[in-house]
Amino acid sequence: MMGPFLALIRRDLRIAHRQGGALATALGFYLVIVATLPLGLGPDLNLLSRIAPGVLWVALLLSSLLAADRMFNDDYEDGSLEVIALGPLPLELVAFGKAIAHWLSVGLPLVLLAPLLALLLNMDGRAYVPLMLTLLAGTPAVSFLAGIGAALTLGMRKGGLLVPLLILPLYVPILIFGVSAIDAVVTGPGSFTAPFSILCALTLASAVLTPLATAAALRLNLS
Amino acid sequence: MITHPAIRLIVNDLSAARGARRIFRGLSLDVGAGEALTLTGPNGVGKTTLLRTLAGFIPAAEGSVALSGGDAEKSVGEQAHYIGHLNGIKPSLSVLENLEFFAEFLGGAPDAALAVADRLGLGALEDVPAAYLSAGQKRRLGLARLICAARPLWLLDEPAVSLDAASQALLGGMVAEHLAGGGIVIAATHTPLGWVESRSLDLGQMADAAPAAA
Repeated sequence: MMGPFLALIRRDLRIAHRQGGALATALGFYLVIVATLPLGLGPDLNLLSRIAPGVLWVALLLSSLLAADRMFNDDYEDGSLEVIALGPLPLELVAFGKAIAHWLSVGLPLVLLAPLLALLLNMDGRAYVPLMLTLLAGTPAVSFLAGIGAALTLGMRKGGLLVPLLILPLYVPILIFGVSAIDAVVTGPGSFTAPFSILCALTLASAVLTPLATAAALRLNLS
Repeated sequence: MITHPAIRLIVNDLSAARGARRIFRGLSLDVGAGEALTLTGPNGVGKTTLLRTLAGFIPAAEGSVALSGGDAEKSVGEQAHYIGHLNGIKPSLSVLENLEFFAEFLGGAPDAALAVADRLGLGALEDVPAAYLSAGQKRRLGLARLICAARPLWLLDEPAVSLDAASQALLGGMVAEHLAGGGIVIAATHTPLGWVESRSLDLGQMADAAPAAA
């Protein structure tokens, strides 16, 4: 069971690395959102510094959705999904592996770009560590949830625009607990641990539950 | 050569529907080890639907599909190779990487990938991304998974599309070897595949003989 699972992740990472376009677009989009925002808000450093964690979180959610609709669509269009569906791996584990591969190839690079973008927003020095912790803990859930949207919109033309509509509402809890954990450290009151633990719980729950929904959607689209 | 245990594909009173439309009903089949069955009939008669139902992609509306003598722990689909209209190869991966993935994922030997490439006449192209292959070469690469991982049941949908005469003969050889090892082949086709001793089922005539009562 482990061999095919790792083979699938390895293949997806290799393809993401070869094509590169999805990651470059996501990183570029992230940079552009964060860089244009101060132009609209004016050069108030205190304001930018205060809203920086929220902006970095929201922009990351939007950027990660750019590549989300391709998670299964390429495999669906070239027939690879039929090969994968007949493999020894249950479709639930396929969905889990594809989400992990999406996180490694898009989510993680976005997280690593975040502290650099935080400089552009004059983010409070105390916020860097909690920002990275919450992003690392929360972004896997972003990829898991995106899998549902990607599987539901398989084979749909213009499905790419539908995925954000379907999935963004599900990101609200992740965003709220992620940002409130950072705010607790920077401005207080409240503790970092409580919202951070809920964020971790959200990621774990989505890791277990979303593959079931994603696999059901894949089965429907294969029939 | 790979030999499979004595298996039989037993299809009992199978019906399939796409949405509200009934494609075929009351189809029964019994295909034993070493037998090939070609499905013929005009477009839209349900050849692809039947193959996809056998593979388990489409749930059967009525009836059952079973592989007796097969691995009871696995579904029929997990013991089958399904080659559809799409080749199932990744254009950005090289020929060899595609073959290695088939073998690793489907449970074959990744070390044998190079030998498979040679056998299919793709040996000289092992490092070429699949996107640069011709249509016939892509088809051959897709068919390669039949021998990358051994599975007793082969479900082939128009397998010879875009293959030249030599490649068709190559496919015929692969099928003959599979049958000699006790495998089962079910292929949908419009053009005669020239395989020895294959039974044939005309889905079009079957539909005429038993008109679907709505």
